[in-house]
Amino acid sequence: MTVSEGPEAKPLLSIRGLTKFFGSFAACDSIDLDIGHGEIHALLGENGAGKSTLVKMLFGVLEPSAGSISWDGAPVTIASPGEARQRGIGMVFQHFSLFEALTVAENIALSLDARIPLAKIAEETATVSKAYGLPLDPSAHVADLSVGERQRIEIVRALLQNPKLIILDEPTSVLTPQEAERLFETLMRLKAEGRSVLYISHRLEEVRRICDRATVLRHGKVTGACDPKRETPASLARMMVGTEVAEVKREGLADTGEVLVEMKDVSVAPRTPFSVSLKDVSLKVRAGEVLAIAGVAGNGQSELFDALSGEYPIADEGRIRLRGRAVGRLGINGRRLVGAGFVPEERHGHAAVPGLPLSDNLLLARSRSDKKAFLSGGFLSVLRRDAIQSAARRICSVMDVRKSGEDPAAGSLSGGNLQKFIVGRELDRQPSVLVINQPTWGVDAGAASRIRQALIDLAKAGSAVIVISQDLDEIFEIATTIAVISDGKLSAPYPAGDLSMEQIGLLMGGIHESHFGGEARYAS
Amino acid sequence: MRLELQKRAQVSTLFSILSPLLALALTLVVGGIMFWALGKSPTGALYTFFVEPLLDVWSLHELVIKAAPLILIAVGLAICYRSNNWNIGAEGQFTIGAITGSILPVLYPEWHSPMILPLMLVMGMIGGALYAGIPAFLKIRCNTNEILTSLMLVYIAQLFLDWLVRGPWRDPQGYNFPQTKSFQVEAVLPEVLDSGRAHMGIVFTLLAAVLLWFMMRFMLKGFQVSVLGQSARAGRFAGFSAKNMVWFSMLLSGALAGLAGISEVSGSIGHLQPTISPGYGFTAIIVAFLGRLNPLGIVASGFVLALTYLGGEAAQLSIGISDKVSRVFQGLILFFVLSCDTLIHYRIRLIFNPSAATAEAKN
Amino acid sequence: MFEAILLTVITASTPLVIAALGELVAERSGVLNLGVEGMMIMGAVSAFAAAQLTGSPYLGILAGIAGGALFSLLFGFLTLTLVANQVATGLALTILGLGLSGQLGESFVGMPGIKLQPIVIPLLSDIPFFGLVLFAQDLIFYLSVALVIGISWFLFKSRAGLKLRAIGDNHGSAHALGINVVRVRYLAVLFGGACAGLAGAQLSLVYTPQWVENMSAGRGWIALALVVFASWRPWRLLAGGYLFGAVTIGQLHAQAFGIGVPSQLLSALPYAATIVVLIIISHNRRMTLINTPASLGKPFVPDR
Repeated sequence: MTVSEGPEAKPLLSIRGLTKFFGSFAACDSIDLDIGHGEIHALLGENGAGKSTLVKMLFGVLEPSAGSISWDGAPVTIASPGEARQRGIGMVFQHFSLFEALTVAENIALSLDARIPLAKIAEETATVSKAYGLPLDPSAHVADLSVGERQRIEIVRALLQNPKLIILDEPTSVLTPQEAERLFETLMRLKAEGRSVLYISHRLEEVRRICDRATVLRHGKVTGACDPKRETPASLARMMVGTEVAEVKREGLADTGEVLVEMKDVSVAPRTPFSVSLKDVSLKVRAGEVLAIAGVAGNGQSELFDALSGEYPIADEGRIRLRGRAVGRLGINGRRLVGAGFVPEERHGHAAVPGLPLSDNLLLARSRSDKKAFLSGGFLSVLRRDAIQSAARRICSVMDVRKSGEDPAAGSLSGGNLQKFIVGRELDRQPSVLVINQPTWGVDAGAASRIRQALIDLAKAGSAVIVISQDLDEIFEIATTIAVISDGKLSAPYPAGDLSMEQIGLLMGGIHESHFGGEARYAS
Repeated sequence: MRLELQKRAQVSTLFSILSPLLALALTLVVGGIMFWALGKSPTGALYTFFVEPLLDVWSLHELVIKAAPLILIAVGLAICYRSNNWNIGAEGQFTIGAITGSILPVLYPEWHSPMILPLMLVMGMIGGALYAGIPAFLKIRCNTNEILTSLMLVYIAQLFLDWLVRGPWRDPQGYNFPQTKSFQVEAVLPEVLDSGRAHMGIVFTLLAAVLLWFMMRFMLKGFQVSVLGQSARAGRFAGFSAKNMVWFSMLLSGALAGLAGISEVSGSIGHLQPTISPGYGFTAIIVAFLGRLNPLGIVASGFVLALTYLGGEAAQLSIGISDKVSRVFQGLILFFVLSCDTLIHYRIRLIFNPSAATAEAKN
Repeated sequence: MFEAILLTVITASTPLVIAALGELVAERSGVLNLGVEGMMIMGAVSAFAAAQLTGSPYLGILAGIAGGALFSLLFGFLTLTLVANQVATGLALTILGLGLSGQLGESFVGMPGIKLQPIVIPLLSDIPFFGLVLFAQDLIFYLSVALVIGISWFLFKSRAGLKLRAIGDNHGSAHALGINVVRVRYLAVLFGGACAGLAGAQLSLVYTPQWVENMSAGRGWIALALVVFASWRPWRLLAGGYLFGAVTIGQLHAQAFGIGVPSQLLSALPYAATIVVLIIISHNRRMTLINTPASLGKPFVPDR
């Protein structure tokens, strides 16, 4: 099967004018797209550009509002994922569609013909996974598997249906660089077998490396169709974002101040059956320093955040120090009073209550630290709504939060705008320590750049900043120091300039995944 | 044809107000159909049920007597439900409150002091609160589901009361009736007005409703209730303690149910007997939801539900329908309230033909 | 003597086991239906009424099943179609069921009932000691045993059962894979209703063959506790059901013997036992977390 597609070659999939409305909002607006046989086709776009909506229509999860889909030259409607699978479309979801309580084989069985016995499925799973270099134990429970292994289940599940087209939604965002490398090898094999791949990503480098063609989406519309190998990252970015995104300025960062955060050999037992334990975690962050903690999701990031924030205090007072004070047993509000601010990963239901207005969500993080400003009436603690609302307005204007009403519910804001508010809520206090988990996860490029700049500016002003992030590009953009968390263990810190992507990847793979090898050099 | 829900970007204020009214209207329609099916004139029966009790002073007093415990219990439950603690054992806390509140008049019938009544009320509240403290303690310490434990405790409380009034607390001069001695005058809640039986219970009730409304709307405590109820994790991030909230909401609602219990016994019955409540503790759940878990809304809905009790009695007397009809009405109201509440958060679309909907979206 | 006690234990346990099995299936699909008590009492009154009107207890059984199932549809419509709060709707179902059954059953109060007669299985019932106990029972008992076997096969051996468990674990993923979450849950709720109805029919046709208002007396709630006790496993549920049946019967016999303990205290025993069992089982937070269906009680709105 040849890669190049002449105009006379019939495309495998051809969509015309595909449109999806949610209420009056057009998530996808008249999208045209062709995918040839044996082609790796990239679908590029920012968060919220409509990529996921588009592929959900192709996989029969969402019903298109208008437009047509042709498959192998014939017009089709894809009413359900079952139908999509029958036609030969396989899907690897970004947020995996897996069942933690079930085994690998059972997970796979759910999308196969009910007449195939489970034992046979287990057997084929083992065969296929070995053939494609995606080792899996069919009888393992999903809850016990790492993120990379979970993705393998999704891929093997798709492959077992012998698909002509495999859709991968942001597959590398959860992988280490090395794991991503192996995924690319698998994709090349699929291509060599004549299968097509629709590859969704916002990572320009990898798209340029592995994709034959690219379609770029912005605000639900196609803004470009090109051969990514002939484009530069900058030209692709322009198609994706439209306007130029401000580059983050980091001149003047100097991490030489006094130590503001210190953790010494902190170990925490797992709190739930599905969480990770922290093992002898130590770190030091100075004023003016941005310490980035890299790692694959589910390696103890949330647990580290919980220990630092005091949402779950630790047993030993002295093992965590903020601005020199021992705070191990102090709760989150006590640590806020010492001058720390916190931004958790999950926006809805952790950092903010979606059903409550922004002003209430401001109070959420600051009811104690700004008691004098926001509360009155002594022990009655009567809310001073005026003061709270005007502070919320101030934050919205400083961070350029776009919202629909005066004081709308947090849940009605887009991911980027809500994240700007949540970060602004902490910056407004000028915290001397800020701990932030996945600062720009699911956030558009404009908001992401603004948030990153704000973090750097905070460090420049003399605060210590800890950024927990999965996004290596982000880490290289803002960190002065980098450490890597893996299976609840934190590596030694490295100056940002001294580490390459590859070295971080090896550390991310950690001691528990031996097949990458070579990490001993870094483990100290 | 299918029914599709679309999440509203903002909670609909219009439907927040309209939904309970719509639910009442639907209840009346279904109630009318039910009367018709029983062979009665729908309008006539509904009139007897819902209007006649409002027309004379005596039954207005009865209405207040029935509304007071319903509202008092329901405002407490509203705080529980708002904070995501599902106390459904108010009936038991009501019963225990009645018992502990009655200790003084039952054991010391000769004690004639103005102190006795306040003490009774306080003891009733403590009893109710302690009884609600059991499921609270079990939820916190043992992670036990409070719905089931609080409900099981209702049965136990009722059996305990039954044992008391048939056994150790039975009035020896009571011709073997299973009840205690009538309370001394000082232990009886005084009437509010000279015109009828309605007692001071309604005053406590309105006071509690206003205080809790103020708390929910203006105080940090109320804010904690809503945050912890909507997201325990966000509450932890805010530094609010979910455990303390379990204690606070359960003890508060237990104390109010206990106060309702002793008020009912002292103000309206005058002694303890095996049955002291026509299911107030359960009906209050309906009152809480019909009032949209808002203390002031609950004051209004409490009177509506009290009316169903009176209407049932009236309908039984004048048109010969069993007073069980009131329970049916109460169930219907709750069903319709819960259905109509969907409108507050979602737009409902009926789709008769999927392709037609697609065409509509194109335009 | 011992046989007689065993027989009464079985009769007291059967409705608990059946109702709890139905709820177990519903909860395995992620739906928490607190309306078991209401569906049960509706089943009891429907069964009694149908048996009275037709003279056949078997039509009574069918009516009981239908009554419970139809009533559960109400719950399904509210929680699955209108996405109403499952806890509140379950309570509503119980309140409405108790009221409606009182109203419907008013004319049957005090009537002599029609008892479902045992079916004696030849040969097997001749086995000494437990032959009569196990093989000279009524149809509903046999059904209860068949249900335990059937449901544990369905849940853990059949593909449809795998689908149902998958939905209970993660309804979002199930939807993305093309499983019709709402349809499966409707079926699970209906099954739960049918079981509760059958359990109700057992009460008014076997346990005490007559109609008494509120005759379910909290058994629906005990059934709910049993599901937690059994960690959502059918065989454990059977064991738990018989444990509760034994407690109930034990206290009745104790009352009959007049052992000097107040009867009310003994009557409270099954409820107290429920609480104790719940404490023991939920004390291990870790076990509870692992066993509870992860999407239990959570609302689900499919996007299309």
